[in-house]
Amino acid sequence: MSELLKITDLLIHFHNAAPERNAVDGISFSIDEGDILGLVGESGSGKTVTAMSLCGLLDVKQADLSGSILFQGKELVNCSEEFLLSLQGDEISVVFQEPMSSMNPVMKIGLQVEEALRVHTKLSKEERKARALQALADAELPNPEEVYNKYPHELSGGMLQRAMIAAAIINRPMLLLADEPTTALDVTIQAQIIKLLKKLNQENNMAILFISHNLHVVRQLCERVAVMQRGKLVEEGDVNEIFRNPQQEYTKNLIAAIPTREKRLS
Amino acid sequence: MKYVIKKVIALIITLLVVSFLAFLAFQIIPGDPTTRILGSEATPEMVAALREQMGLNRPMLLRYLDWLGNFVRGNYGTSFTYKVSVNSLLADKLPVTILLTALSFIITGVVAIPLGILAGSVKSKIIDKIVIIIDQIVMSVPAFFIGMIVCFLFGILFRLFVPGQFVPLETDWRACIAYLVFPAVSIAIPRIAMTVKMLRSSILNQLGQDYVRTARSRGNNRRQYLFKHVIRNAMIPVITFLAISLAEIMTGTIIIEQVFTIPGIGRLLISSIGTRDFPVVQAIVVLIAAWIVIVNFAADIINQVVDPRMRNR
Repeated sequence: MSELLKITDLLIHFHNAAPERNAVDGISFSIDEGDILGLVGESGSGKTVTAMSLCGLLDVKQADLSGSILFQGKELVNCSEEFLLSLQGDEISVVFQEPMSSMNPVMKIGLQVEEALRVHTKLSKEERKARALQALADAELPNPEEVYNKYPHELSGGMLQRAMIAAAIINRPMLLLADEPTTALDVTIQAQIIKLLKKLNQENNMAILFISHNLHVVRQLCERVAVMQRGKLVEEGDVNEIFRNPQQEYTKNLIAAIPTREKRLS
Repeated sequence: MKYVIKKVIALIITLLVVSFLAFLAFQIIPGDPTTRILGSEATPEMVAALREQMGLNRPMLLRYLDWLGNFVRGNYGTSFTYKVSVNSLLADKLPVTILLTALSFIITGVVAIPLGILAGSVKSKIIDKIVIIIDQIVMSVPAFFIGMIVCFLFGILFRLFVPGQFVPLETDWRACIAYLVFPAVSIAIPRIAMTVKMLRSSILNQLGQDYVRTARSRGNNRRQYLFKHVIRNAMIPVITFLAISLAEIMTGTIIIEQVFTIPGIGRLLISSIGTRDFPVVQAIVVLIAAWIVIVNFAADIINQVVDPRMRNR
C-alpha cells in the first residue's frame, strides 16, 4: 500500500501561548492508503490541533506552523489557499465531535450532505440529490428521502452524526479525519458509528485518522495507534501490542482509565 | 390556525388595555376641552352647560364603554377642535405618515443590510474600528437633530428642497415623495447605524460557530460560507430588530413631522393633546398600538420562514 499522508516534525505554536509551549511539538507519523490510525491523548494534548492543521482549518493568523505535511506527495504546510480549498471536502473530509452544533441549523440536512458536491463538482441538482440519498443510505440512515428534507433539530444526535458522515464521504475522500466523532453520543450509538466507520473504510479504501481520548473505542476500530501527550508523540504502534505491553507511564494511565467492565469486554 | 387566533386575541387585549390607559390619562392630566372651545372668558355656567352637552359629566367607565362601542362599529367620534369626524381627519393625515414610515423603513433596510454584511465580513481591523466609531456616533444622535441638520444642509445650503413647504400627496405625488425623502433619511440614519451594529455583531458571532468550521471543511471559500451559511443565521435577530424599528419609525415620525412641518398623524397628535381633543388622541393611540402589535406579528412569521426551529410551536 502506498503512503497517503506523511507528517514530519510538525510544530504548531499559538501566538497567545507561552513561548516554550507548543501545541504540537515536532511530531511525525504517516498513514497509508486505506489505513486507520488512532490518535489518542488527554484534552489539550494536541490531537485536534494536529487534525485541523491537516485539513487547513487551523487559523494561520493565530498560529505558526512548521515542519512538513505531505498529502499524496504534495506539501500542505504553507501551500496556497486554493490548493487547500481544492482538497477540503474532496480528498480530505472531517467529521466533528458535536453533530448538532456542527450542522447549520437553518439548512436542510440533504443540502448540507451534498454540499461538497456543490463546491467541487458540476453535477446538477438532481444528480447531487441522488448522490446525497445514496450517501445517507451508505451511512445506514433509515428513510434517506425523509432525512434529506429534515432540519438538524429534528434528528437525534446519532442520526445527525450519521448524516455528518454521509456528508464527509459523499465525495469519496482518500482521508477522513474523525475528531472524537463518538464522544458526544451514548455508548450503544458509539458502537454503531464505529462499525459504520469500519465498513466505510473497507468498502471505499478510505484512510481514517481517528482521534479520541478513549483507548477502548480506539481499540475497536484501529490497527495502529499513536499516543500524544503535551504536543509530543510518546508512543506509536500496533494497538493490541500497546494494550498488552505499554511502554510509557502515560499510556499505562490511559489504559488504566478505561472502566474495568469495558476492559474485560474488549 | 391556532397560532393566528392566539395572536388576534393578543391584539384585541393589547388594544383594550392601551385604549383604556389613554382614556385614563385624559382623566388625570389637567385641562379641559371646554376651556379651549369657549376660551378663557367663559363663565362657569357656560362651561357646565357645555360639559353636560358633551357628556363629560357622566361616569368615566360609562364614557369609555360608549367610546368602545362606537369604535368597534368603526365610528371614531368627532373632533372637539375641528368639528369633523375623526375618521375623515385620519383619512386625510394617515397616508402621509404611512408614506413617510414606508420610505424611511425601505431606506433603512436597503442601506443597512448590505453595510452590515460588509462591516461583519471585512477582515481589516482598522476598517472595522473606523466603522464601529462612526456607527457609535451616528447612533447616538437623535433623529430630530439629524432632521435639523438635513434641513440646514439640503434645504438652506444646497436648496434641494424648501423646508416647511410640504407638497400634499394629491397635488403632486412625485414632489410629495421628493420632499418626504429628507425626513425619511433623518429618521433612517440612526436606525441604519443600529442595524449595522446589530448585523455586524450577529455575523461575527455566527462566524465563531461550529457549523462554519464544517462548511469550511467542505472547501467553501470565505464568500461561499458567508453567503450560503452565515448570513441567513445572522439575519434572525436582525429581523426582529427591524420589526421593532418599523414600529419605532412610525412613532419617530411624530417628532420629525414637527421638524419638517409635515401634516401627518404626528402633528395631529401633538396639537390634539394640546387642545385636549380626546377622540382624536384616543384614535391615534389605538392606531399606533395596533401597528406595533401587527408588526411584531409579521416579524414572528418571517422568523418562522427563516428559522425552522421556530416553526410548530
